[in-house]
Amino acid sequence: MTIDHALTERGSRQSLLPANLSRRSFLKASAAIGGGLVLSLHLPSSRNTARASEAAGFEPNAIIRIDGNGEVFLTMPYVEMGQGTYTAIPMLIAEELEVSLDKVHLEHAPPNEQFYANPLLGVQATGNSNAMRGAWKPMREAGATARMMLVAAAAKEWSVDPGTCRAQGGEVIHDETGKRLTYGALVGAAANMPVQKDVALKSADSFTLIGKPIKRLDTPTKVNGTAIYGIDVRPPGVKIATLAQSPVFGGRVKSLDDAAALAVKGVRQVVRLDDAVAVVADHMGAAKKGMEALQIEWDDGQHASLATEDIARELDKATMSPGAVAQNIGDVDKAMGSAVTRVEASYQLPFLAHAPMEPMNCTVHFRKDECEIWIGNQAIARVQAMAAQAAGLPQEKVIVHNHLIGGGFGRRLEADGAVRAVEIAKQVDSPVKVVWTREEDIQHDLYRPYWFDRLSAGLDDKGRPIAWKNRFAGSSVIARWLPPGFKDGLDPDSTEGAIDLVYDLPNFHVEYVRAEPPAIPTGFWRSVGPSHNVFVTESFVDELAAAAKQDPVAYRRALLDKSPRAKAVLDLAAEKAGWGSTLPEGSGRGVSLQFVFGSYMAQVAEVEVAKDGTVQLRRVVCAMDCGTPVNPNTIEAQIQSGIIFGATAALYGEITLKNGRVEQTNFDSYQMLRINEAPAIEVHIMASTEPPGGMGETGTSAIVPAIANAIYAATGTRLRKMPANPGLLKRA
Amino acid sequence: MAVAIKINGNTHSVDVDDDTPLLWVLRDVLGMTGTKFGCGMALCGACTVQIDGVATRSCITTVDSLGESEVTTIEAIGSTPAGAKIQKAWLEHEVPQCGYCQSGQIMSASALLAANPNPTDADIDDAMSGNICRCGTYVRIRAAIKLAAQSAGNGG
Ligand code: FES
Ligand code: FES
Repeated sequence: MTIDHALTERGSRQSLLPANLSRRSFLKASAAIGGGLVLSLHLPSSRNTARASEAAGFEPNAIIRIDGNGEVFLTMPYVEMGQGTYTAIPMLIAEELEVSLDKVHLEHAPPNEQFYANPLLGVQATGNSNAMRGAWKPMREAGATARMMLVAAAAKEWSVDPGTCRAQGGEVIHDETGKRLTYGALVGAAANMPVQKDVALKSADSFTLIGKPIKRLDTPTKVNGTAIYGIDVRPPGVKIATLAQSPVFGGRVKSLDDAAALAVKGVRQVVRLDDAVAVVADHMGAAKKGMEALQIEWDDGQHASLATEDIARELDKATMSPGAVAQNIGDVDKAMGSAVTRVEASYQLPFLAHAPMEPMNCTVHFRKDECEIWIGNQAIARVQAMAAQAAGLPQEKVIVHNHLIGGGFGRRLEADGAVRAVEIAKQVDSPVKVVWTREEDIQHDLYRPYWFDRLSAGLDDKGRPIAWKNRFAGSSVIARWLPPGFKDGLDPDSTEGAIDLVYDLPNFHVEYVRAEPPAIPTGFWRSVGPSHNVFVTESFVDELAAAAKQDPVAYRRALLDKSPRAKAVLDLAAEKAGWGSTLPEGSGRGVSLQFVFGSYMAQVAEVEVAKDGTVQLRRVVCAMDCGTPVNPNTIEAQIQSGIIFGATAALYGEITLKNGRVEQTNFDSYQMLRINEAPAIEVHIMASTEPPGGMGETGTSAIVPAIANAIYAATGTRLRKMPANPGLLKRA
Repeated sequence: MAVAIKINGNTHSVDVDDDTPLLWVLRDVLGMTGTKFGCGMALCGACTVQIDGVATRSCITTVDSLGESEVTTIEAIGSTPAGAKIQKAWLEHEVPQCGYCQSGQIMSASALLAANPNPTDADIDDAMSGNICRCGTYVRIRAAIKLAAQSAGNGG
């Protein structure tokens, strides 16, 4: 099967993947300068496949180079954000090439939209749990192809049949004669061997690396302080700047008095932009002190009275009119007419900031006719393009250095920070590192959209859902970020997790109403569509179970006859969690089940609700079928991470607007889950030989409804608006 | 006026305002970027260093408050017995994800272990709840501290 098997299995993401998409990987071999074998590899995508065939040329977007010492260098289009990509993808090559993992080294991909496009996103970006899904087949094919060329070169040298040679541990071995040659000795000759078509890949039972818990390659520098993130770069002569952007979205600077700021020791310059002010100094301490001394008067503009309630009201209204039909199965209206019971509910999810631990930052050296940028970003081609525009320079005059990312979660798929830094740097003679304070970072994010969802269902006399209707309204991030991805009123992100449920729902109708909030910018947020849709659908399924007076697990299970993989993870999670056993007063268990990003996941959350309504998440049991688990070690870590991230949102996450301003400022008002609140987490990974699914974001979407459902079990109160509000959960 | 501060066994003279937080002196003046900025308000722990062995938030510690005190940062914590054990356990359990918070986590954890060779869960909560990890590595942080404590107990 091919890598999109898991994706198209239930129709997910089809709109980004044309049906006739060729999944054959294109490979080209050549000799490296100074000896060595180079394989250029093309990861096909809807966009660049078309472009490649137009040009009738070959466009590599990943490069594997084997040098005269047998060391393997990989240039790949994905960035490491802590998800273990830098370890898992080399595993794929090492597995097929028959070298040990420590022989594979990574080189950063330069920004090039055409060459390094991720096949699933169609643009150079790492997000959406897609790195492994995009690389799974092409990277193994490349490794296998290189291995066969090396074997062919050795066979030719020894004048034997290649079929009698084998590759192992970076050598080609001829068992009959005992001859052996290292890859390093063979690369020159191998470069002249023909590239074989249709190489056979190893079967799952002969994997020696894939499926083994492998230590990540990037860990040592992260425990001794030597890892360099974007915020750590120090080009010679760099100055540090911090900025204040208009507190009201869309406002501008009316007047500025910078005399006191310029008097602060270490402050060098104050830069005034149309809608922001920056203080440039020798160090951040002086820049911050200078900022405090500035007298800025803002013209708040037309959004000076905007409040979250206004936005929620508009979205509520938007769900009253028809939207674009995202999914329609059977005849919902007819089935609803024959239902014995009807259930209706509406849900709301708040704006959320990303708050990665590394605050936004970008370093720019703007010179007369070129511009150099240091940043940690998930989409550097976008950075290059937008920075070039801001700089008024052609794209090739913008040099981008990418660095480790201190948390992405979708925030660093955006280039707004680079644009800001370029605008500032244009007025500064030296390189300048622009560092957002935490307050700026939280108050000028691109937020997870506010969502309003209206659902109804009809149950038959046994309580089974015979009709399911869902209409939801909110912002389309894709429409802004990748306009061609928004078609006929729909985009695949906004609807993922709403239109492709695992359950047997014979009459099913989903509509999406795109409704953009005024002024406040929206962006991708870890797990994107599912972070919203899975909460809504899994809360609603729970409500249906309650209406049918059935156990939430048994109720779901009865709807899964057509989805054995979903049923298996549900059973496993329920069993490991001790589902059904009694818990003390005030405690409860909640379940969730999802199929998103090509992976199946069930979670059981256990909460304890105190008399004052505060919620403690005690324990989470998670069962996952993510296809072939490439590196179980990173999968477990990623799921733990996703659960904490989602639990933070479920219990605390909320960005609110008042008078056009974001009310939250720092970690006191935008709270994070801390170690003393972290639950015990058990992760069970199913054995599988299916192609790998995503996992970096799956834990996040599944935990939110599991917590809400557990709170219902503990208190009888259904949370239809997140985050959990202790005021609603208080008991006398 | 130049201020003299002792960091990792060396004395540095820096010419900044007295009330400048140590964090910026480390990162921007001295180029020791292992200590991280996260919030600037003692809310996240990313900037944690040790001052005379005590875990301290450098973002609110002004340089004039240091006097003769010894500052230890992530760059040198590996040369203390507790720091070395913690770093080893961090590698063993593969704690870091994005890694950005980990300098601060390690500084807090090694201060804990140096003061308390056998921390309980509650001790760990107390010592570590000032350090946010947005990547949610808490499960492994706890396990790694326990592993380091074990190796300490065995004379490791
Ligand atoms: S930066 Fe000092 S505690 Fe957050
Ligand atoms: S490892 Fe990313 S914030 Fe802790």
